[in-house]
Amino acid sequence: MTPDATGMDAVIDAVTAVLLIVGALMSLGAAIGLLRFPDLMSRMHAATKPQVLGLFLVLAAIGLQMRELWVWPVLLVAWIFQLLTVPVSAHMVGRAGYRTKHLHPELLSADELEAVVLRAAGEQASAGEEPAEEKDEEAGKQP
Amino acid sequence: MSRKRISFRTELPLLIWLVVVWGALWRDFSPGNLVFGAMVAVVVARVFYLPPVELSGRFNVLRAIPFAIVFLGKVVAASLNVMFLAIFRGPAVTNAVVAVPLRSHSDLMVTATGHVISLIPGSLVVEVDRSTSTLYIHGLNVRNDADLAKLRREVQDTEAGLIRIMGTRAEMEALQAEGWPATRGARS
Repeated sequence: MTPDATGMDAVIDAVTAVLLIVGALMSLGAAIGLLRFPDLMSRMHAATKPQVLGLFLVLAAIGLQMRELWVWPVLLVAWIFQLLTVPVSAHMVGRAGYRTKHLHPELLSADELEAVVLRAAGEQASAGEEPAEEKDEEAGKQP
Repeated sequence: MSRKRISFRTELPLLIWLVVVWGALWRDFSPGNLVFGAMVAVVVARVFYLPPVELSGRFNVLRAIPFAIVFLGKVVAASLNVMFLAIFRGPAVTNAVVAVPLRSHSDLMVTATGHVISLIPGSLVVEVDRSTSTLYIHGLNVRNDADLAKLRREVQDTEAGLIRIMGTRAEMEALQAEGWPATRGARS
């Protein structure tokens, strides 16, 4: 890159630096969350949100530094895929975690799913179709 | 084969998206490349059949742009919020699992709402009941009933926003009858 007279390069470099550092801080925040939060589902919060923003900032920094038009669509597609896949993976992990009871009920101030699961289990028990071990498999949800 | 025929109109958004990804990956948006990409997209959509996404047929760009900006702002707020909680609350954080009944019963709307609320502050989808279109949401830092009501209202407002962007006419009318943005009371 040739330095230009207007000082645009310095501005872009400064913005890039800020974006990269804040993006890295977001990843750090996610890591702290993973360490500090008590159960699986609050950890999934830490694993989804700061990370999406962190990636956005780092991609923006890349786009600024490349100074090519073709790079923006690639970065945008990468981020959109991130937006689409992160909630799905978090949902799958959270759902599996809830069903296998990887949660601390004493840390929940309310649990409105539990009643539904118990009711569905009760209906099945009275129908006498499913063995008791499988009752939390069916909470009336079909994929 | 008992495949439901998909009309070209229903398939068009998927094809356009595939062509955009093709162009982005080749870093080449010249007409020749796009035409070839469109051919590949049609073949892929025919060979790897997916159930069609039922679109409502309307999309309000004027409402979508403010929604997108607010969404980006909320992603930033969510990240800072989670960071703050991780550092200052950590193991002492109190959560809740909340049932939020949605208005819409279309798969697309439930999916979109679930995606958006997974990325905005303090909420994560744990379970979806498709038959009653209820989302079960894990809320971070929900300490009391006031927080709970706030979370539920936030989800329903998000859905209302999405309906205004791309809901069906019937959903829009239901929303207006409800007197949006007045919030619907908590069910059960």
